[in-house]
Amino acid sequence: MKAVSKQPYGAASSLTHRVALASQPRRQNLIALCALLPALVVFCAFWLLPFSRLIVMGAEADRSSGISAYLTILTHRQYLISLVTTVGISLVVSITAVAIAGIAGFFLARQRFFGKAVLVAILTFPLAFPGVVVGFLVIMLGGRQGALAQASLWLFGERWMFAYSLAGLFIGYLYFSIPRVITTVMAACDNLDQSLEEAARSLGANTWQVTKDVIIPGIAPALLSTGAICFATSMGAFGTAFTLGTRLSILPLNIYGEFTNYANFAMAAALSVVLGVITWIALSIARRLAGGNLGASA
Amino acid sequence: MKSRLRFTLQLGFTLLVCLFMIVPVAMSVMAGLTENYFVGLQSGLTLRWVNEVWQLYSDTIWLSIKLALACLLITILIGVPAAYGLLRSRRRWANAIEELLLLPVAVPGLATALALLLAYGSYREFRGSWLFILVGHVLFTLPFMVRAVLSVMQTANLPQLEEAAASLGANFRQRFFAVVVPNCMSGVLAGALMVVTLSIGEFNITWMLHTPLTKTLPVGLADSYASMRLEIGSAYTLIFLMMVVPLLVAIQWAGRFTRQRR
Repeated sequence: MKAVSKQPYGAASSLTHRVALASQPRRQNLIALCALLPALVVFCAFWLLPFSRLIVMGAEADRSSGISAYLTILTHRQYLISLVTTVGISLVVSITAVAIAGIAGFFLARQRFFGKAVLVAILTFPLAFPGVVVGFLVIMLGGRQGALAQASLWLFGERWMFAYSLAGLFIGYLYFSIPRVITTVMAACDNLDQSLEEAARSLGANTWQVTKDVIIPGIAPALLSTGAICFATSMGAFGTAFTLGTRLSILPLNIYGEFTNYANFAMAAALSVVLGVITWIALSIARRLAGGNLGASA
Repeated sequence: MKSRLRFTLQLGFTLLVCLFMIVPVAMSVMAGLTENYFVGLQSGLTLRWVNEVWQLYSDTIWLSIKLALACLLITILIGVPAAYGLLRSRRRWANAIEELLLLPVAVPGLATALALLLAYGSYREFRGSWLFILVGHVLFTLPFMVRAVLSVMQTANLPQLEEAAASLGANFRQRFFAVVVPNCMSGVLAGALMVVTLSIGEFNITWMLHTPLTKTLPVGLADSYASMRLEIGSAYTLIFLMMVVPLLVAIQWAGRFTRQRR
């Protein structure tokens, strides 16, 4: 009897419940869409549309060769060399930075000593220096009046300089890469399970074996991801290269030159798209490996 | 004994890396404060160069501050709702949209600037105004605001809090401003510091978009490095450092603060 009298009421309740459930997601989606709309409008109007046009423009005929600019990049030595140089120097910088900052970062994460906070601060605060400032700091080290020139003048009577060459570029890229790697490595070491190391040690592994078989595999994703971020940042580092001299043949300077000196818009667009695709792939790999970290470009 | 040696070696190595990072900065600061860098410190310390930079470039500093604040305002106005939208969207959609919004950071600033120039460069009035640069800065900094706010929203149990508010009769607007926004304030703060720091230091996009009348601080820096004497470039860098280092310290502090709260 009780069950029967409750029946209609229960049916109605389950009906309204179902209606609510059906309308809830739709309303939810609408709210989400409205909240996202302003950001999406700005993004589409000022980035997606212009960049799509850039992609199309890159397929137009190049000024000097008369064929599609994308093809020109692949067929002309000058562009291929600059592409290879840029990728090469960025790779070497990333590997060097990961090696140097990996050691220093691990040391700082694991040891406690007086003045450690100062060292960490020194190693991380250049994170916010724009590329131009880093370029100027390289001039301070290796320019005509730089530290090296003064030291060599005093010791050997001649000025040694490296700032305005690929070596200067390398030092500059290294300068802005090291802080990025250090912060990531320190965070990764903090998350590493110390008991694994103790276990390895109690089983008789020496320091080298522990490092090789426990620590490095443990922080490998972080190392790879921060390396990829350094690579992408170095690929697109226009400011540093610009300060150090416009004669170097690397992609960002080529793009700038094609655009301002030759008004060769198709070529500048094609080179930008190629550069953008390379850095985007590198950063996607980085994010897949580590998640969370956006790499700001220098 | 052996571990003692290893500690010393590693400490020595780390100190060398620190020297590499700090020596050029220290040299630049010194150069900005000495009377004549070629002669050296014995020529005496002076604020003459800082003064000269202020006379030559103070408008670039004001423009950079104006840009950073405008950029901050816009990224808060569109970024906080966007983060909420991402929180409320289906996972797949949210990931795709976040990936899209990240593109201006993933692609070098030079490419973004070129795309903007080729698309909107013909609108003379817009191209010549500081708003053109502002657009570039907003594109570049927006993902940092969205990410900072979203990560706080994800840990704040917002759905439950909102449900509670709704069951007490709060409508959407009341819920958004009385529940959602106050609960992600620490994310907004972290994002705001990031946005201001990035905007003040942004060069790659700005260099392509600036005109002689709309020079920002980093553009002025590049200009002074190329055409002024070393002391002026150094003094200018010093001013830049004085603006950015406090912001960096604040970012660190905010990071620690939000981590403790969780």
